[in-house]
Amino acid sequence: MSTLSERILGAPAGAYVDREVDIAFAHDGTGVLAREALREMGVERLPHPERLRLIFDHIVPANTGTTATLQAELRGYARSSGIALSDAGGGICHQVMSEGVVRPGMVVVGADSHTCTLGAFGAFATGMGATDTAAVWASGATWFRVPETIAVNLSGRLSCAAEPKDVALAYVAKLGMEGATYRALEFAGDGAAGLSMDGRLTLSNMAVETGAKAGIFYADAATVRYLAEYGLAASPQMPEDCRYERTVEIDLSDIVPLVAVPHRVDTVREAEEVAGTHLDQVFVGTCTNGRYEDLARFARIVRGRKVAVRTLVVPASRTVLTRAIATGVLADIVDAGCMVAPPGCGPCLGAHAGVLGEGEVCLSTANRNFRNRMGVGGEIYLSSVATAAVSALAGVIAVPEGV
Amino acid sequence: MQGVGPAICLGNDIDTDIIIAGRYLRTKDRSVWAEHAFEDLDPTLAGRLGGAVIVAGRNMGCGSSREQAVVALREAGVVGVVAPSFARIFFRNAVNVGLPVIEAPVSCTDGAHVAFDLDAGWVEVDGERHPARPLSEKMVAILRAGGLVPYWRSCR
Ligand code: SF4
Repeated sequence: MSTLSERILGAPAGAYVDREVDIAFAHDGTGVLAREALREMGVERLPHPERLRLIFDHIVPANTGTTATLQAELRGYARSSGIALSDAGGGICHQVMSEGVVRPGMVVVGADSHTCTLGAFGAFATGMGATDTAAVWASGATWFRVPETIAVNLSGRLSCAAEPKDVALAYVAKLGMEGATYRALEFAGDGAAGLSMDGRLTLSNMAVETGAKAGIFYADAATVRYLAEYGLAASPQMPEDCRYERTVEIDLSDIVPLVAVPHRVDTVREAEEVAGTHLDQVFVGTCTNGRYEDLARFARIVRGRKVAVRTLVVPASRTVLTRAIATGVLADIVDAGCMVAPPGCGPCLGAHAGVLGEGEVCLSTANRNFRNRMGVGGEIYLSSVATAAVSALAGVIAVPEGV
Repeated sequence: MQGVGPAICLGNDIDTDIIIAGRYLRTKDRSVWAEHAFEDLDPTLAGRLGGAVIVAGRNMGCGSSREQAVVALREAGVVGVVAPSFARIFFRNAVNVGLPVIEAPVSCTDGAHVAFDLDAGWVEVDGERHPARPLSEKMVAILRAGGLVPYWRSCR
């Protein structure tokens, strides 16, 4: 009886396997390095360009001449090698891959640590470095150590003030920043079945913050329905009675709004405890919480009111943006006084478009609050979208209630 | 694979943003990464990395998958990185760029004499020997070749 990772990789935990990869992608940052590695390796022709993707998301549109030139070279390489390119404005790599590309049972690697996001589909998805990715592009395969699995058993239902992001912060706090190093997390239980795909993507996204290699959900009826909207057929995956290294229990009905405080993602407090903390910026977006459900929730709270602090909203993809325009969600956000930036990573990695100044404090819906990540001397608190919304209105950290 | 050098001690949970900040990623010039390594932690550290062995705490290299972090250390002349535990992408990246990584529970004082032998599986700090966790065969082969690029070239 196998865990889902063992089943997909075809070997028991601890074994080393060489495995064909179904999809391998890189972004504008790591793609440049992968291209360099391919040049040094002397690889001219890629055997399976149809399995590869380049997605421009980290610094879009380009902020300097150097960035623009690197992106132009990579764009040219995509064209000449036959790799499908999602150019600037298309969205964050993990989000683009979640919009009708990744399916249950696939092996997916990406040159970005949050590739684990795609485990939400019942795929084995993991991040790797650029040179590793180059070798996958050159050969179509790579080696894996099949991970042991920690089960995260979700029971109960979320209260209306809490959201999947709070659950993610809760399990990261429980496991700690290296609590699952080299392991896969498997999210299971009735509580998992009750989560939307957007919510599952948020949970899978933060698996790497515990050191995990993957964060996996079993594909079920919700997965099948979601993929059908993109014209993809899929079947549910049935859990087997397998051996987990350990099981972490989370009762969703116990979850209250949480905040990770500077500078560690596993230092988590109840939002209540840090309420009133001064803010200079609120940032809603990223591969953790920039999806349509997130924007809609944010808009519902700020509609007809005005934010009291500089607030930046960055849709995770063009699809998200288009939908937010069509439903009026975007107008509500703009009318409330927020800035909206083009789909992509925004200031998440501290390279452009909304970085913090010395001593500035930001409440962000992202996944990382490392020291200096969003700008030297800045402080980052991480929260759910609802907490970000009520805090944007208040100008200080506030607690959502029954929103 | 062997190496020796004076220890530079670092704490737990050193993330790759601290090794090389996001603002320096937009270049292909590796010397830029070496020059700015650990800048936000200690601006004098980059100048002392050449010939040294980094002895870090738990969860070394967590966070972003940026390979610039391991390249920065290698280009700065770091002989090897010892830590009781590593974040997995950092560990794999290090092997892929030919930077020796040694998983062993050692304690550290700055400047201590560190020696390691990856084939024999040990690391010594001021003469005190500790066993190191063995690498997979594939990893040893990649490291011995000097990284994944030369390994690839030699295997074709
Ligand atoms: S949104 Fe942030 S965490 Fe996600 S891929 Fe972009 S930079 Fe990385």
